[in-house]
Parts: sequence; structure tokens; C-alpha cells
Amino acid sequence: MSVLVIAEHDNHALKNVTRHTVAAALAARAGEIHVLVAGSGCAAVAEQAAKLDGIAKATLADAAHYADHAAENLAALIESLAGGYSHILAPATSFGKNLMPRVAAALDVAQISEIVAVESPDTFVRPIYAGNALATVQSNDAVKVITVRTTSFDPVGDGSAAPVESVAPGPDLQLSRLVGRESTKSDRPELADARIVVSGGRGLGSGENYRSVLEPLAARLNAALGASRAAVDAGFAPNDYQVGQTGKVVAPGLYLAIGISGAIQHLAGMKDSKVIVAINKDPEAPIFQVADYGLVGDLFEIVPALTSALG
Amino acid sequence: MKVIVPVKRVLDFNVKVRVKADQSGLDLANVKMSMNPFDEIAVEEAVLLKERGVASEVVAVSCGSQLCQETLRTALAIGADRAILVETGAELQPLAVAKLLKAIAEQERPTLVVMGKQAIDDDANQTGQMLAQMLGWPQATFASKVQVSGATATVTREVDGGLETVEISLPAVVTTDLRLNQPRYVTLPNIMKAKKKPLAIVTPASLGVDCAPRLSLLKVSEPAQRKAGIQVADVAQLVDKLRNEARVLP
Repeated sequence: MSVLVIAEHDNHALKNVTRHTVAAALAARAGEIHVLVAGSGCAAVAEQAAKLDGIAKATLADAAHYADHAAENLAALIESLAGGYSHILAPATSFGKNLMPRVAAALDVAQISEIVAVESPDTFVRPIYAGNALATVQSNDAVKVITVRTTSFDPVGDGSAAPVESVAPGPDLQLSRLVGRESTKSDRPELADARIVVSGGRGLGSGENYRSVLEPLAARLNAALGASRAAVDAGFAPNDYQVGQTGKVVAPGLYLAIGISGAIQHLAGMKDSKVIVAINKDPEAPIFQVADYGLVGDLFEIVPALTSALG
Repeated sequence: MKVIVPVKRVLDFNVKVRVKADQSGLDLANVKMSMNPFDEIAVEEAVLLKERGVASEVVAVSCGSQLCQETLRTALAIGADRAILVETGAELQPLAVAKLLKAIAEQERPTLVVMGKQAIDDDANQTGQMLAQMLGWPQATFASKVQVSGATATVTREVDGGLETVEISLPAVVTTDLRLNQPRYVTLPNIMKAKKKPLAIVTPASLGVDCAPRLSLLKVSEPAQRKAGIQVADVAQLVDKLRNEARVLP
């Protein structure tokens, strides 16, 4: 048995989600771990990957047609490298979710999406029904293709550097090209990794309120900003702030749900937070059922008061 | 241009699911079932493409029991032209569904397959991508905007860092995200019309597909329950609790 971890990176630096994925690979106890860094001009990323604690090798595939990390070309590459691996893992990010099913289909095997625990090299636990149930599944396929819920595995640090091996790039299928990107720029911590998340819902009423009420609190706590689907649909916050079943799944030390009612689909994205605070004017809001501390009242009075009390 | 829209019958999104006490599965007896919300968005998008004169025909496809006919009639009522049911009582996992859809696509020769990004029951988020790989087609997943012009489609995708726009050659698979469109209300006249639209039934055997599941479900359990929380009276008490009891303040 051996494991191939598909690194996520931006051609300059390795993303932290890769560290959590290597942790899952270690938990699988499925033999030697290799990390694949495929991209363009990304030799430095391969050097970073080589230092990940617990891995035996970093494999570098560097070519212009991997610059955008598109699924079609990467899947063809991974298919050609898959021989000999019993497990292929990627983070359950939009990158990994987009890519890995193509790998599974190419190898004619099942994919196990978003594992939260490993029971043995062939048995995994994953959430279903918006995390309201956990399914323990066993795969008899020769290769297990897996995406990893990164919040469920503590990231590995750095160890001594493993060797980096270059491989010839695979084909450029020319099926897809990137024509534009719109990234939310912010000085705040990333939502996926933040220790504290300040999250706003429809109760905020407008994008202006969302910013003016929540940003000072987030700044005071050095927190990331999150949002409910309702808030994103209404245009209060950009789509990448969405926390939920089909948005981001977060598990920070502290999650403040402000003006969020607590629909099943939202809870799916944050109920593993260590401490949950809910601030809502509706005492019947379902969010209070998961909150450790609930404060019923007008968020427009409470949040500014909270921000200054944290002085 | 022909568009195929796969649709899945799932537990209604408002229903809180219950895990059976013996952990053998979920208690789905007498619960409300509906079309997967992401698939509704897919049907709506296909119908919009038809109304814009881009698509000429919309074909809805579902795989599963006879009850899926209900889901297909809903797709027809939204505006699909005809439907195909791949009928089987067997458990279907994404790899098998992708193979069934591939067989249908090879018969129907669509230019576009538009489907939900994930089903809200298994939350797998695999079938569309698997289908695209099997057909050798490009994919554009988590779409929030789709524009078709000639031999390509330009799709804006919702990704972790924001938005990404890709240009893909056709034929292609697009999977839908929440904000792609707002599905229309199905009117009674359209429901009546839907009853007369063609609905063909085929089997996996007739398509030459082996649907055997690859993953065995060993058990279904409830996630750990959170301890009950408390109400605090005011901001001062909240800060005190966070600082001194929970110890989560920096």
C-alpha cells in the first residue's frame, strides 16, 4: 500500500489544507506517502511539500498547462501516475472536489467524499444529510480515491526534507481555459483556518450594515468573516464567505452567529465549532439549540456594545 | 442544441433526518421526498436556455425506482420536453449513475449536460465530474452563471477564493450552484401539460451498464450531540463567560 496526496497550492506557496490532508493520509496507515505538486513554475512549492512531516517523497510536475490547476489536465496526469498507489487523497476544497471524481472515474473506482475519520485503510467515516448523520463506509476497490474534510484532521508541521522527483508532464487536453478570477482581498485570517469566525445573516439587513456592524468586531477579535446563505444571496457578503452544507465547513475555537436563524444547512457548516455564540432577536431561532451562549436582543445594539466591551 | 438534465429524488431539504436506533440506516418511512434543490436549478437553467433560443430540446433523466417518475413529471412541469427513467430497485452510487448517464448521452448526443453539483442526501459531489471524465468532456462545476455561444460556454464558478470564469468547449458538463438562478414556481396548467409529455422507461441492462455498488455501508450513526447551552442576560455576562469560562478570547 502507498498513498498519493495531491497538494493544493497557488504555484508560489503550498496551501495549509495540504497539511491537513497529509495528516489524514497518516491516519490511514496505508504505507509510504508521496505528495504530488502539479502546477506551473512551482518548484518552490515542491521544496515546501518535501518538508512536510511524515512524507517520503515530493513529486513535481511542472508545465504551463497546469497553471490553472484545471481538473481535466490534472486528472489525466494523476491517472498516469496512479499505478502502485492504493490511496489517492486531496483536500475537500473546491479544488479537490472539482478534480478527484475525474480521477476516480478514470480509474473506474468509487470516490469517498469528505472523510472526517479513518477507521482502517479501507473504512472511513463521512457526513451525509448535511452532517445530520455519519456513514461508515468500506471500499473494496483497488484504489481508494478520497477527499478530506480538513477541519477533522490536525495539520502536520515540517520535518526533514524528503527528496523531490520531477516527472514528465501529461497531455494538455485543451478542453478548458481560465479567463478570469475575482478574489476577495482581505487582511483578515482565512475562513477555513481562523480561530474565531464572526458570521452574519439576513438579520443584518444590508451589505452596509454587514460591514459596519461586523467588521469592527472581527478586527477586534482578529477573526474571519462568514455569512449565511441568505446573507450571500441578498448580496450582503461575497459567495466565498458562505458557511454551510454547500459552502465552507468551519470548526473554529469560537463562532459568533449574528442575525442567523440557524437553518439545518447552515448548522452543517459550523456545528463542530468549539464554542458557539448566537445573537438574535428571535428567542425561537433554531441557532439557540446549538449555541453554548445565547443572547436574545437587537444585534444593532448588542454587537457594537460587545465590540467596545472587548476593548 | 439538446440539453440533458439528470434529476434525483431526495429527502426534502426541510425535513430533519432521523437515524435508525439499530444504526442500519436512516428512517425514511413516510417522509416527504422532492427533487434535489440543485437539480431544480439545473432544470430551470436548461429551460431558460430553451427560452433564450439557445437550446432546442431539454431531456430530463432520472435513475432509480418507479417513484422517480414523480420527479421527472416535476422537471417536465418546469419545462423539460421529455423524460427518461432508468428504472432499477438496486442501490445506485455515483460511479454507477455516471455510467448510466454516459450510456444515455451516447444515445442522445446532447451538447450540454446540466446537473446539480451535489445531492443533499449523500452530499457526494461526484456524479457530474465522473460523467465528464467518462465522456472525455470538459466540466464547469459550481456554476453561478452560464453563457453559451456557438462552440463554447463561458461559466462563472463559485470557488473557495471567490469567483473563477472558465471557457469550455462543447459538449460539456456543467454542475449548478445555489445562485445560478431562482427556479420558477410550477403552475397548475404546466403540471397538467407535463402529464402528457413523453416519459420513456429503460433499464441498466438495456444500457449495458454494471451498476453494482462499490462502497459498503457498515453503519449510520448520529454525530456527537452538543451539550445544551445557556442564555446570557447581557453583553457583560457574555464577555465574562467567553473570557473566564470558555477561555476563547485572545
